Amino acid sequence: MRLFFIIISLITSGHVNAIEVYDFKNEQQRELYQELTEELRCLVCQNQNLADSDADLAKDLKDQVAEFVINGQDKDTILAYMVQRYGDFVTYNPPLNPSTFFLWFSPFMVLLLGAVILIYNIRKKQK
Amino acid sequence: MKKIVITLIPLAIFVGLLTLLFLNMGYHNETVPSPLIGKPVPAFELPQLYEKGTLTEQDFLGEPWLLNVWGSWCPNCLYEHPVVTDLAQSGQLKVVGLNWKDEFENADAWLKRLGNPYDTILVDYKGNVAIDFGVYGAPESFLIDANGIIVHKIVGELTPDNVQNEILPKLAQLK
Repeated sequence: MRLFFIIISLITSGHVNAIEVYDFKNEQQRELYQELTEELRCLVCQNQNLADSDADLAKDLKDQVAEFVINGQDKDTILAYMVQRYGDFVTYNPPLNPSTFFLWFSPFMVLLLGAVILIYNIRKKQK
Repeated sequence: MKKIVITLIPLAIFVGLLTLLFLNMGYHNETVPSPLIGKPVPAFELPQLYEKGTLTEQDFLGEPWLLNVWGSWCPNCLYEHPVVTDLAQSGQLKVVGLNWKDEFENADAWLKRLGNPYDTILVDYKGNVAIDFGVYGAPESFLIDANGIIVHKIVGELTPDNVQNEILPKLAQLK
């Protein structure tokens, strides 16, 4: 039983150490940092966000985000900084513009198609 | 008959999707289009690898130049090195290196072993300037005109093919 606890504490302590340590001034800053690194894409391993990525560049970008957050920059400014350098692709929450219309509205088109088929079938059964 | 057509619709959609995905496999690449094309080079002030003093983007105004991002730790930089050397030696434009997140000893040893093709080498030890350039991997190359506007970007190694078909034609347009 004692061995079991030692093993468990070893496993969990390693996990805690893996989290980056930044000197945020308050809880809001920590939350903003979390929010941003979850929303920003790691450009090296393109299907991961920054928070999950361990790539060198991702670490640099996380340091940069943390620095901005600690200096009191707001979310929009930090996102704009990243988009200016890496384009819309860097954010997992892409802005609405002509090149992203299909991305945003295609799910609704599929939903509409489903609704049409559903109504058609219901009407047919009622007859 | 109508029933058969309706039941075939999902299959048709499935096959269509499969075809689209399959076709996309050939075209898909992970190149992120740079939003910096057509914009001025981000401001920087960087030390040089071999010379004293720092250089800024202002020091490069007046002629087109190629900024080649590399590191001794980067395998594909090794692969493109002969192409960079050929381009630099052809004298068609000034080739500037940006040594990205590298140790001096390693960079120096790498250049001594393979030869130094660069007109000058800027050192971005911390990687801040690379972030300003939107660099997300090495090698990357930026073609910049005499007024300091970024004209073209190659993500990944320079090859005889993209030098011949992208860099040189774009350079010719600048003159």
